[in-house]
Amino acid sequence: MGIQIDLDKCVGCGDCVPVCPFGLLEIVDDKVQLKEGCTLCGACQEACGYEAILIEAVSEVEAVSDSHQGIWVFAEQRNGKLKGVAYELLAKGRELANTLQTDLSAVCFGHGIDEVNRLIAHGADKVYMVDSPDLAINQEDLYAQQLIELIRQHKPEIVLAGATSLGRAFIPRVAAILKTGLTADCTGLDIDTENRLLRQTRPTFGGNIMATIICQTKRPQMSTVRPRVFKKNEPDEKRKGQIIKVDFNRESITSKTKLLNFVEDLTETVKIEEADIIVSGGRGLGKAENFQLLRELASVMGAAVGASRAVVDEGWIPYSHQVGQTGKTVCPKLYIACGISGAVQHLAGMQTSDIIVAINDNPNAPIFEVATFGIVGDLFKVVPMLTEKLKNQ
Amino acid sequence: MNVIVCLKQVPGTAQVKIDPETNTLIREGIENVINPFDTYALEEGVRLKERFGGKVTAMSMGPPQAEGALREAVSLGADEAILLSDKAFAGADTWATAYTLASAVNKLGQYDIIICGRQTLDGDTGQVGPELSEMLEVPFVAYVSRIEEIADGQMRVQRMVEEGHEVIEAPLPTVITVVKEINVPRLPSLRGIVKSKSAVIPVWTVPDLGVDQSRVGLAGSFTKVIKVFFPQRVCQGEIFQGELGNQVECLMGKLKDAGLV
Repeated sequence: MGIQIDLDKCVGCGDCVPVCPFGLLEIVDDKVQLKEGCTLCGACQEACGYEAILIEAVSEVEAVSDSHQGIWVFAEQRNGKLKGVAYELLAKGRELANTLQTDLSAVCFGHGIDEVNRLIAHGADKVYMVDSPDLAINQEDLYAQQLIELIRQHKPEIVLAGATSLGRAFIPRVAAILKTGLTADCTGLDIDTENRLLRQTRPTFGGNIMATIICQTKRPQMSTVRPRVFKKNEPDEKRKGQIIKVDFNRESITSKTKLLNFVEDLTETVKIEEADIIVSGGRGLGKAENFQLLRELASVMGAAVGASRAVVDEGWIPYSHQVGQTGKTVCPKLYIACGISGAVQHLAGMQTSDIIVAINDNPNAPIFEVATFGIVGDLFKVVPMLTEKLKNQ
Repeated sequence: MNVIVCLKQVPGTAQVKIDPETNTLIREGIENVINPFDTYALEEGVRLKERFGGKVTAMSMGPPQAEGALREAVSLGADEAILLSDKAFAGADTWATAYTLASAVNKLGQYDIIICGRQTLDGDTGQVGPELSEMLEVPFVAYVSRIEEIADGQMRVQRMVEEGHEVIEAPLPTVITVVKEINVPRLPSLRGIVKSKSAVIPVWTVPDLGVDQSRVGLAGSFTKVIKVFFPQRVCQGEIFQGELGNQVECLMGKLKDAGLV
């Protein structure tokens, strides 16, 4: 169990040294040495041409049962309205299902959701709809148990859900009970067709490192996926599919927690996770009042206002506007970063945007590394000019 | 009020830089720290103890040097600390980690609340808290930003969701994960530092927990990392030149071409 280096086989070539993402390998006296902190990721084993590095895992010899078939997407809704991530997952799910030559199903819990047909138009072959007044609000306890029951009954091979606050809270509970692997916050999914395995790619270390993860021995393979990472397909109204109504058996399910109240955050006029254009501000704004400049630009563009963690921590704008690793992941058509230097944690939340515009007076700010267009200059001059030009056109 | 705080030692990655020559993380000069999100969990645990009495036990799974993080937790107000460390725990995914923690919680016995940070700075999954709750068969509330009240075996908390915040009631014992909005962690007290130096931190291994070796670490992990790589940042952006007014004009042109304005 663990990593072993066969010093007889090691020739000290050093090929393994640069591939260790954690910088733990070094060549000492023509042999490789490993420092503390190895996560057994296996990158060095792959790089070694002399079979000198061995990672031994007591692999569970358990054949995956072939009875698991089909791809499921958890179609999250709030207040009866399906979230965008449901459609994004259906687009990706469709692609995966076609590769695997299997069915794509959406699973939806809620009450009185009138857009259920849209799930079919966006790619689902089947929709499992559990409709009950008890499910109108997002009750994680009920959701977890209901989803476990359906998965046990229908045995899908892959289950995808949005990495939203709901998904990230209740999907791990489902995986824990089903005793299966779950990969959080994926940004890439594809199929190893030879082994019928889902390859799940996700950022770690705040976006500094990407890891590709598989779940070999257990089914279903489960992932949560960041919203706005995949693009939704255009709906095809002629698509045929089946809506399967599932009875909700409230008595058989116990809910331990109770939702007493919900208070909506009213500072947002346009929600950043749904916006096509985001105007975002950082420490370069200098003080809370200066967000007004961005609000004016946002209002002429019909954009939402985002922010870096630094200014949220300063209390200049509420947390719901925060973009980044611990805020929201966004992928608008246009992201305008004003006075944001571009810490990796911020980039992790916005670098997949279609077009990124950086406005910053420091030409060395890392934000320019991801920017499509950059203006090196004083945002207090640039932003009002831009607002003015847009107003006059 | 018996509180267990789960914490992880992570490299303080805020200052992480990539060596352009070797394309690896530069680790020199990077200290290991308590996962920043876990410091809020610890602080909240200590505040609960101050409000209701009882004790705070800090628990961590990790290599032997993770003891440093637990000593720091003692200096910040934890009464006791336990390190779960065994070569067999290495390479654990979130399921195997939660299973190991759950086994240790069960060995520890009676508790009222388990507090975890919302996610770690390195692995970033946020899955261990909810998985732990299911393995212990107790309620779970994520993203708690305020503990409003604890009375009659029930706790009432506020938690953050995308659209605002929710007020949730849950019976004790319960597992929560907390966000940084919940408090401002204190600095270590002089008394705490003295205490942390002499604190005895037991190390629990596979035999101590009585767990099956095939359920922990890499062997007990259902997910497996098959590839690790650095994201390619294609840096082909256009930085406008010339007088500022012209630059703004250029930008407008580009945005018009893209059909955005």
